[in-house]
Amino acid sequence: MAELNISERQAGDITILDMDGKVTIGEGSVALRNTIRRLLGEGKKKILLNLAGVGYIDSSGIGELVSSFTAVNKEGGQLKLLNLTQKIQDLLAITKLLTVFDVYESEGDALSGYN
Amino acid sequence: MIGEIKELNLPSLLESVDQAASEAENFARQNGFDDSALSAIDMAMREAVANAVKHGNKLDESKRVEIVFINLQKGLEITIRDFGKGFDVDEVPDPTNPENLLKANGRGILFMRAFMEEVEWSNHETGGTVVKMCKLR
Repeated sequence: MAELNISERQAGDITILDMDGKVTIGEGSVALRNTIRRLLGEGKKKILLNLAGVGYIDSSGIGELVSSFTAVNKEGGQLKLLNLTQKIQDLLAITKLLTVFDVYESEGDALSGYN
Repeated sequence: MIGEIKELNLPSLLESVDQAASEAENFARQNGFDDSALSAIDMAMREAVANAVKHGNKLDESKRVEIVFINLQKGLEITIRDFGKGFDVDEVPDPTNPENLLKANGRGILFMRAFMEEVEWSNHETGGTVVKMCKLR
């Protein structure tokens, strides 16, 4: 089984990625990178990462979230985060990235947050 | 048991990160560390071994990563050595500086310091970096 499974669904022009597994150095980080690249290539620039199923992330995975954020911004899009576990919230606090990402606990609120 | 030692010698593969973390968890659990400590040790261990494999040994499979766990009275001491060119930890940019927040790399050392009470880096006299970290009881 893959380290990270990513399921994709649409809510209007917003693409929601339901992520399940680990975002760590190697396979998990690469899976996220490839998915974001593909979506941007398809012109999908409003992306919501649902991290409810991500039980583990390391510094490489955090770096991949940052890379995804900057890649989407560069294309004039928006990337937001949904349903962080306490552990991931703690890591984003340690890295001061909670000041960078828009983070939501409700999908409805997150979808309303897009321009 | 206080004084118990376990040594590992792993290849410079990303798979070694999982193996080292698993061995660290088993060693720590057997020596009485609680779930919170196990989670912290796992996190720091993964970062340290990933650094050794990727940045130290540069994924050169001919170079090994040497790991020693020691169960001390004060806590679990873990030493990780790579065979790379070494580095000066003081020259690693602070990833929490606003100018570095959007950089993709450079947070591993921050995590190691956040999850272990003691972490120090040194250059081995015959080459490579040695990181010694301790999770206190």
